[in-house]
Amino acid sequence: MNAKRIDKIARYAIQTMVAIVALILLALLSYILINGLPNASIDFIFKPSEAIKAGGGIRDQLFNSIYLLVLSMVISLPLALGAGIYLAEFAPNNWLTRLVKTLIEILSSLPSIVVGLFIYLLVVIKWQVGFSILSGAIALTVFNLPLLTSSIQNAFEAVDHKQLEAGLALGMSPWKTIKGVILPITVPSVVMAIILASGRIFGEAAALIYTSGQSAPRLDYGNLNPFSPTSPLNVMRPAETLAVHIWKLNTEGLTADSDAVSAAASAVLIIVVLLFNLMAHYLGNKLERKLTGKK
Amino acid sequence: MKETNIVIPSQEIALKTIDMTVNYGKVEALHKTNLSFPKNQISALIGASGSGKSTFLRSLNRMNDKVATVNGQIIFDGININNPKINVYELRKHIGMVFQMPNPFAKSIYDNITYALRYHGVKDKQKLDEIVETSLKKAALWDQVKDDLAKSALDLSGGQQQRLCIARAIALKPEILLLDEPTSALDPISTAKFEETIMELKENYTIIMVTHNMQQAARSSDYTAFFHLGKVYEFDQSSNIFQNPQVELTQNYVEGRFG
Repeated sequence: MNAKRIDKIARYAIQTMVAIVALILLALLSYILINGLPNASIDFIFKPSEAIKAGGGIRDQLFNSIYLLVLSMVISLPLALGAGIYLAEFAPNNWLTRLVKTLIEILSSLPSIVVGLFIYLLVVIKWQVGFSILSGAIALTVFNLPLLTSSIQNAFEAVDHKQLEAGLALGMSPWKTIKGVILPITVPSVVMAIILASGRIFGEAAALIYTSGQSAPRLDYGNLNPFSPTSPLNVMRPAETLAVHIWKLNTEGLTADSDAVSAAASAVLIIVVLLFNLMAHYLGNKLERKLTGKK
Repeated sequence: MKETNIVIPSQEIALKTIDMTVNYGKVEALHKTNLSFPKNQISALIGASGSGKSTFLRSLNRMNDKVATVNGQIIFDGININNPKINVYELRKHIGMVFQMPNPFAKSIYDNITYALRYHGVKDKQKLDEIVETSLKKAALWDQVKDDLAKSALDLSGGQQQRLCIARAIALKPEILLLDEPTSALDPISTAKFEETIMELKENYTIIMVTHNMQQAARSSDYTAFFHLGKVYEFDQSSNIFQNPQVELTQNYVEGRFG
């Protein structure tokens, strides 16, 4: 066979694989949206769930998911940024650094249910924090931190070393150069890492079943006192998230319409993740343009 | 012919090294060097790859601190700057550097020049504007970019980027400019323009330049040092080095017999 023909065959083969991947994703997405959207409505999103009678919504679960996402990001992003920057820019190349990097890789492949049970035993039971947003956020942080750290580390390592040299040669400190010159370049990759992590967090159920719990007490959205048990801002209350709600409806749903509610909730979950991605991309581009003067 | 021939220029000396050695771990990259660079002149460092000339240059503004051990003295402004007590960030304001590959920041042209200035305490907008203009003019880039200072520096051509790096370095008003093969990534036209620029810059700055291009050293430098396998064999006026070298190794090198 000549090179031209081999090239042609290889191209068709690759295109077929791309088509298969795209089709699977498209089929999944449309299945979820077609089954879910007819059951979803604005009213469905803004009314509380029901445990026994039909007609429940997902108001509190949706809020819990978003609140947990924000909270675990607030905890894990600074930690991951610090660790990632250190590993990429400052860490000496010795056995300790290599050990830490290996540990991070191992941690990132830990099954989320294992993380969930570990936090359950340590935080929920031993430290007596109980089923709560806080326990859930800690579980999500443990689950999220390794991948986020290594994505951020890779983003910094990908920036040309000459940028750091340029800053140093102008009499700037390494930290000033990293903060002012290198960090802006990494913004798109860091945003991408946050998006991927958020998607994982938003869809995570296993790590939360035993940490933030499976019950969603009625919340009073007018109550902004973070110490009140009915306040949405209270981090010590149990909080069933959307993903946990879907899991629960499918395993032990008691309501007559649990299939419909779970389908609709799945559609909402996907749409929220999509919206979050779009928003993060938009903000990331804007931030990058502001920091690097790109047009 | 002589074994070595190191001349001490009669002019005012801007920077000199006394028995400076550089080691990478246990490997000696540079044997005791004793060179004196005359003020407001261009000194070229020539030699084959691995001869230690870049290592020498990067030690002068302490860019080698993390990767190598530098022993001996580097005398600048009457003090030994090869001393752990010296504030290297302050020092690098006085000894600027331009690298082999243009490395502008991923920022606007304006910010490329002002970023380090602001860090070093120049905050006044009018002052900054003024420095941006004079530095770009000195680097012969002003006319091409004056209408679009907000443009990203990465959109400039390679030659323009290297000029911007020069402008960025001289904006800090250093006394000495170290150039590490500054034209090796540029085309012949940009190289010629770049040489013209540094010939003008020597009025205000002492320039020490590593180059692989012997014509460049012969054309544009006043003094030339010849490095070979981690040792300086000859340092003299460039006209002597290229027309009447005193050391056989130098003669072989400038005549193109090796390297």
